[in-house]
This record gives sequence, C-alpha cells and structure tokens, in this order.
Amino acid sequence: MGMTITEKILAAHAGTAKVEPGEIISVGLDVVLANDITAAVAIPELKKMGFTNVFDNTKVVFVMDHFVPNSDVKAAMQCKIGRDFARACKLEHFYDAGTMGIEHVLLPEKGLVLPGDVIIGGDSHTCTYGALGAFSTGVGSTDLAAGMARGQLWFKVPASIKFIYKGKLPVFVSGKDLILFTIGRIGVDGALYKAMEFTGEVVEELSVDSRFTMCNMAVEAGAKNGIIAPDKKIEGFVKNRARRPYRFFNSDPDALYEETYEFDISELEPQVAFPHLPSNTKNVSEADNILIDQVVIGSCTNGRMEDLRVAADILKGRKIHPYVRVIVIPATQDIYLQAIQEGLIEIFIQAGAAVSTPTCGPCFGGHMGVLAAGERCVSTTNRNFVGRMGHQTSEVYLAGPAVAAASALKGRIADPREVV
Amino acid sequence: MRGRAFKFGNDIDTDAIIPARYLNTTDPLELAAHVMEDADPLFAGKVRKGDIIVALKNFGCGSSREHAPIAIKAAGISCVIAHSFARIFYRNAINIGLPILESPEAAENISEGDEVSVDLAAGRIENLTTGRVFQAAPFPDFMREIMDRGGLIEYVRWRLSAS
Repeated sequence: MGMTITEKILAAHAGTAKVEPGEIISVGLDVVLANDITAAVAIPELKKMGFTNVFDNTKVVFVMDHFVPNSDVKAAMQCKIGRDFARACKLEHFYDAGTMGIEHVLLPEKGLVLPGDVIIGGDSHTCTYGALGAFSTGVGSTDLAAGMARGQLWFKVPASIKFIYKGKLPVFVSGKDLILFTIGRIGVDGALYKAMEFTGEVVEELSVDSRFTMCNMAVEAGAKNGIIAPDKKIEGFVKNRARRPYRFFNSDPDALYEETYEFDISELEPQVAFPHLPSNTKNVSEADNILIDQVVIGSCTNGRMEDLRVAADILKGRKIHPYVRVIVIPATQDIYLQAIQEGLIEIFIQAGAAVSTPTCGPCFGGHMGVLAAGERCVSTTNRNFVGRMGHQTSEVYLAGPAVAAASALKGRIADPREVV
Repeated sequence: MRGRAFKFGNDIDTDAIIPARYLNTTDPLELAAHVMEDADPLFAGKVRKGDIIVALKNFGCGSSREHAPIAIKAAGISCVIAHSFARIFYRNAINIGLPILESPEAAENISEGDEVSVDLAAGRIENLTTGRVFQAAPFPDFMREIMDRGGLIEYVRWRLSAS
C-alpha cells in the first residue's frame, strides 16, 4: 500500500521509510513560527523548561502581526516580550511593524517555508503552507515552546480525506468559494484530526494565491493540515525565493484515504458563510437584502495580490455605499507596494475605502475595525464565530473578495454578477 | 474530583471560551474573568472551584490559543467532559494540565446543574444526580506520561535530564 503526500513528508522527517495513520512519531521541524500573542505565552514556558535560547535562530520565525502596530498599552507590553526575546536570541527572521506582513502570507513570500517542509506555528492558520506541498499545522504555546527549544515535536499521523474538484471554475468563484462550499458540506468538525488533500482539475487550474486560501481554512473543518501536491506553478513560486533545498512529494496512486469527496463545481455560485460558523454556507443569491455596516478585505485568507485585483476590478470608478465602512488591508509590505504600483490603492481610496498597513487587527476583533452591537460585516477573513470581530451581538459574513467588493457598493450582501 | 456541571452545546469555539479581544494579556486570572463570556456572559460569576464543563461535539474549535484552556483552568474548572474535542484544544489542555475526558454518553446524559464526580485515572464519570456511570476512553500511554509528569514542560525537562 502506498502513502499519501502527508504521510510521505512525515515519514521523511521522522527518519523512517513508512508511517501509517494513527502512529505516533517524533518529527524534526524545518520552521517554528510564533506571533505576538502566542510568543508571549511560549517564551515563559521555554524559560521554565530551562532554556534561554532556541534550537536554531534561523529556523524560529517571529512575526508581530496581531496587535501590531500596537493597539494599546497591554498589547505593547505583550509584544515587548517577543521583541526582547527575538533580540536576545538574535533571531534571523524577526518581522515587526514596517517589515511585517500577516504571517501566513509573509513566510511563503520570503521563501521561509518550502515544499516538503514540516512546519509548526503558534497560530491555527499555519495550515496555509500546505498549498506549497508542505506538512504544516497549528499548535498551542506549550508545543510551540517545546518546538522552539528542541526542533522536534510528536505527532499522531493523520488519516487523509481526498477532495476532488471537477469542472470549470465559474466567473467570480475563487479558492475561497471552494473552501467555504467544502466546509459547508462536511461541517466544522468534518475533517477533525485529519489531513485534507485537495486535488482535481480545478485545483490544478487554481492560482497559487487561491491555493493558499483553500489550505488556510482547512482548520475550519477541524483538520490537522490541508495540502495540495506541488506542481509547476509552485515551482515557479518558490524557485527564486528559496535559499535552501526543497523537495516535492506526491501521493502514491494506491495511497489509502479514509474518505473521498468529489464535487463538480461548474455551476457553483459565489459562497457566503452566514453567522456564526464557517460551515453555515449559502449561495450568494440566497442572501435576501441583508444590510451591512462594514466590509473587510484582507487577512491571511484573502489579503494577496489576486484578492486585491479582484476587489479593485469591481470598485474601479465606483463609489462605496455611504453607510458602509470598507477596510482594505494588503497582507504584506511587498503586496502593498505592488498594489500601489498597479494603481489598486488609488482605486480603493477613490472609491472611499480605508487602506491600512498589514495587520491581523479586525479579523479577530483586536483593533482596526471592531464592530458595535448589532453591526454586520462582510469579511474575506476565516472565522465568523460569536463576537469574533467585536460586540457579542455583531455578525460576520465570510466571503471572497468579489462578494465583499460588490457588497461594499450595494450596502447589502450582493452578488458580484449584479454590479459588473 | 467532584463539581456541578455547566452544560454547553456543539462547536464551542475558542472565541467563545476566551474572546480574542482579551488576548492582549497572558495573565491567567484576567483571562479567567472573561471565560466563556461569548457563550454565557454570566458564566465567570457563577462558576465555583471544582465545577465541571460538559459539552457536546468539537469543543474548543477555532484558534490555537492556549489562553482557552488556561482561562478555564484558572477559573477553577476541574475537568472538561465532551462528546469530542477540537484537535489543538485537546493537545493544549493536556500540555497545561487541564483534565479533559471524551465521552459521548456522558456528554449526552449530564444536564446543567447535575453533580458529577470524575475518576481521571480510571476514566470513570458518575452523574451523582441521576446515578448513571459512564466510562471515557483511556488516554494512550504516551499522553499519560506527559500528564503524569505534570504537563509537557515537565516532560521535556525530564527527558533532557535523562539524556
């Protein structure tokens, strides 16, 4: 019996020829990631273990992106824990306001995470890097501390679920719509403890940006990791970024899957996840005059060039609805610059949007767009739990950038096909 | 351990356990003051030391924040019993020494306010109000070793001193 791509990467990092689902293995880590929130818990834990340094100052990466630029004194004090430690350990890859981007967009852009890697991160959306053909998963701060100290961590090998997407991607349907649709079908625990492997002709046609979006939200179905077999597009993405060797793995034809889902998406509409679960997904045409107060376009899910281009195409030469606040957040400084050079930032500002330096801020209700009681937001982020973006009675509707931009113009949840 | 049950439904996410707007601190007591706030705003005021959280499927889904089990533990909750747990929460709870047990039968058959006793080593859960007894799946040896050492920190320390 063959192995899946997830099993092959784990076996290679455990120094063994074969692993099977359920087996517990100790695995060497290529990259260990922390942000300002999770580093602040992990660093004292690391010190309690008796360590004052990390296992390798080139493999532990800190990105200060959640409460940064600092939102208040408490956040500033918390960030200082990470900042001081990064200096003391001379971390080679430390990113703060000015160089910082949203971690899961920044690390691939900088070539820090590569195909075939095993990566852990103190952030649940660490599963994003599966789009490169890496095994990548989120952990809590104690696991993070252990990984930072030893460069190793134990894992239970996950069983894999295969998702096959057939047909042709309709206009305005992106990776976000595919993953929202998928989570809607299997539920927020539909892939609990499992690997989600995304395959099929539609995935092969998907841009690298859209692949990141799909793998990013694997955790919203409870998955340990999301993964896509690397191909020429991934080779094109990493070849000029990588500063160390990398390796492409592929699932064997006779690999074992716990389940297989096959979707024909040729007729798929843009999707919207209604409050308060990412699985509460509907077709955009089912949104019946839902008035909105805010739109957020950005985040580790949808703050990449493709997302900004899609939104700008819709907003170009138009005015945002007077009762809607639109916040556009390019995910990294490079994306921000590129968007300026392409004229996208001018389009957003002319349309009446606020454009911000990179930050996770509004996605988790931290700062830069917190909602009042009863307010509604269409957001390209990844979670719509109760209170996620602010007041306990506020509501978040998750969608891709096309629906978000169309909704910004109409002042209600809108189908992009009705505005262009 | 023994305590009153507080009952929750499916898919209690980490934003409900400890909203991210409070994550600008790592102080366990400050986090405990807001525990379960977006699921039950009065919870932190009602809970007493030793009380038990009972929930249905996928408890702790969402973010990787270790602040979630830290807030529950610091609020005095002695154990969380659920039909199932989200992956990262499960691992975090073990790592920080918050006792958790997976038992679909117990989760279904314990109601808000029931008196519950738990024998962790045996995985035995008793609903003292109804008299029903439930058996949770035992932990794999590997995890028991981490818990026996008092969490992952102590486990790593022990491994290092042994090698």
